[in-house]
Amino acid sequence: MDYINFFAFGIYPYLAGSVFLIGSWMRFDREQYGWTSSSSQLLSTSGVRLASNLFHIGIIGIFLGHLVGLLAPFSIWHAVSLSMLGKQYIAMYGGGFLGILCLIGGAMLWWRRVTNPRVRAAGRASDLFILTWLLLTLLLGLSTTFITAQHASHGNADTMMAMAQWAKSIVLFSPKPELIAEAELIFRLHLFFGMTVFLVFPFTRLVHIWSAPFGYLARAYQIVRTNRASAR
Amino acid sequence: MKVRAQFAFVFNLDKCIGCHTCSVTCKNTWTNRKGVEYVWFNNVESKPGIGYPKQWEDQEKWKGGWTLKNGKLELKSGGRMSKLLNIFANPDLPEIDDYYEPFTYNYARLQNAPLSEAAPTARPLSMISGDPMEKITWGPNWEDDLAGEFSKRGKDKNMDNIQKEMYGQFENTFNLYLPRICNHCMNPACVAACPSGSLYKREEDGIVLADQDKCRGWRFCQSACPYKKVFYNWESGKAEKCIGCYPRVESGMPTVCSESCVGRIRYNGIMLYDADRIEELASTKNDQDLYEAQCNIFLDPNDPEVIAAAKAEGINEDWIIAAQKSPIYKMAIDWKIAFPLHPEFRTLPMVWYVPPLSPVQSQIDQGNLPLGPDGAIPVAGTLRTPMKYLANLFTAGKEEPVLTAMNRLIAMRSYQRSVHVEGVADTRPLEAAGITEEQAKEMYRYLAIANYEDRFVIPTGHAEERMEDAYGFQGQNGFTFGNDSSSGISTVSLFPRRRKDTPEPAELAPRSDKKS
Repeated sequence: MDYINFFAFGIYPYLAGSVFLIGSWMRFDREQYGWTSSSSQLLSTSGVRLASNLFHIGIIGIFLGHLVGLLAPFSIWHAVSLSMLGKQYIAMYGGGFLGILCLIGGAMLWWRRVTNPRVRAAGRASDLFILTWLLLTLLLGLSTTFITAQHASHGNADTMMAMAQWAKSIVLFSPKPELIAEAELIFRLHLFFGMTVFLVFPFTRLVHIWSAPFGYLARAYQIVRTNRASAR
Repeated sequence: MKVRAQFAFVFNLDKCIGCHTCSVTCKNTWTNRKGVEYVWFNNVESKPGIGYPKQWEDQEKWKGGWTLKNGKLELKSGGRMSKLLNIFANPDLPEIDDYYEPFTYNYARLQNAPLSEAAPTARPLSMISGDPMEKITWGPNWEDDLAGEFSKRGKDKNMDNIQKEMYGQFENTFNLYLPRICNHCMNPACVAACPSGSLYKREEDGIVLADQDKCRGWRFCQSACPYKKVFYNWESGKAEKCIGCYPRVESGMPTVCSESCVGRIRYNGIMLYDADRIEELASTKNDQDLYEAQCNIFLDPNDPEVIAAAKAEGINEDWIIAAQKSPIYKMAIDWKIAFPLHPEFRTLPMVWYVPPLSPVQSQIDQGNLPLGPDGAIPVAGTLRTPMKYLANLFTAGKEEPVLTAMNRLIAMRSYQRSVHVEGVADTRPLEAAGITEEQAKEMYRYLAIANYEDRFVIPTGHAEERMEDAYGFQGQNGFTFGNDSSSGISTVSLFPRRRKDTPEPAELAPRSDKKS
């Protein structure tokens, strides 16, 4: 099984990451007309406010949590005198809470996408695929919480530590797939599903994440464009 | 003073017969595609009525346009931060049923149906899901010619402050048509509400456009426009709106809705305005003063100072001449017979309307109406359509300017009647209404005859000035594949870009007025 682990946790991260970056760039460069959030709120408003907000708040929180939890240097946690076990509890409760928010919202959106005739007709196969995939990844992630809780009850933070070390090894271009080769299968499945989200990212509506409009906060309200060559 | 030119419209409601030719030509030109079946860049509403989408004028419901918060102009739906906080689900977004569910009919059934006793029927089908629809319950013009009961159309927002029950009675009922397009506002709320900055106003002619490449489908434009004239294409996930037929306008042609208007009610022309005063005037405290405030933003195209300032801004000579001959300027400023639609939305809209006189001949015949001095034409204020209703449409409820305009329209008719029927020009009504005989003759020419050249004074766009490299452009665009003709948005590209520049120097010849 070593070669599978080596591929999945030594090579696949770079494959997915490359497709994510180059694919996004290509699509932005060539096909901006298709670059949109693809909202279906116009077709059916009822319940969207609750579902969409739960889903987005949950998933953004989870993403930031993963970013910090996996990639922040251990020295930071030492500096604030947070033990690895303490960090693990924060990840379990915080991640669990946000995960449940996301799951409720996501399930509502999924149900709407499958049952609402207008949303179903207007949506694309890729919309349903990515939502389903995200929910599966989320379910896998949430089920790891129970195993992590078992580890924690034995005072064991090794798996969490190994995950973070593996993630750093990937980011620092010295992949150490052996670090997590022995982790429970469900962790590895979660990682695989998660990395696949990056792989398919450029080909789905997820590209709208790149366009989060923070610039709006600093922008003048009115925009006037000129075509005069002399003004350029 | 920062002079800008604005491509503007006047619609003469007095002559609108509600035939919807404008809507149909517009639809066939721009919105007969998947995803925009429900979209009418141009629609005609029967008033009183709740319109398209339902209750669009009620900004307590839709939160469109601007409002004053502590004396400062702010989007009624909330500022920038509230936009970002609501980005996952826009709380003010209309649903497609507020417009209508677009439908077609199962025509094939008429040919495919097996032999049967009863004639086969073509059932309606939803143009979104393709499913059969039980019953069509709403459409783009469901209230045509006062269809339906008064209790429903009486919900019209313009009936506010009117004792409306009496207008529900058959003898007192009134009806007018309100054709609507994008107002290409000078202070557009859609532009301000767009988080990705895809909507913009063109500096050259003021046409407001939605950049299809930059739009990310955040949908705030749709709810922020108080006229609900920005739409969401559910197929492409992008905002679309009336483009002022800019490809036609740039070549000096009227918009397709204006050109095809059989009643000749539409006027296209240029207005010069002072862009530095937009915020100040849109922040006018009292709603009822906004009409006058907007009149004050326009600049006199014959004023030498304005002409010099316009030239300094790069506005071409032919545009200034067009502004001087503008039918819009005559009606809005010289004669004061045209009004903006709902100035209280504070967007400074640029489609203006001449209010309609009402047909009252049978009332006159029965002697039920007080008549003017000519003994044939009733006086303003006694007409079927309540002044208050028109004032609610055009001046935030202030009746006096509308009344003045109606009196001028009536005086012009009375004068022309004296000329053509009595054979003696009677100028007394003109004096009473405050217009000269010259003006009355000109009004007659513009409103009654409405020659093509008078209605449409449209200078061509100056493509030669807009191109970075006109030499490189010629011969390069034609039948190509992909997005070849687009110059793209990002300056750094992953792919080798087809080079279109030429070695010729691209500097423009100096402007004629800058020579010597």
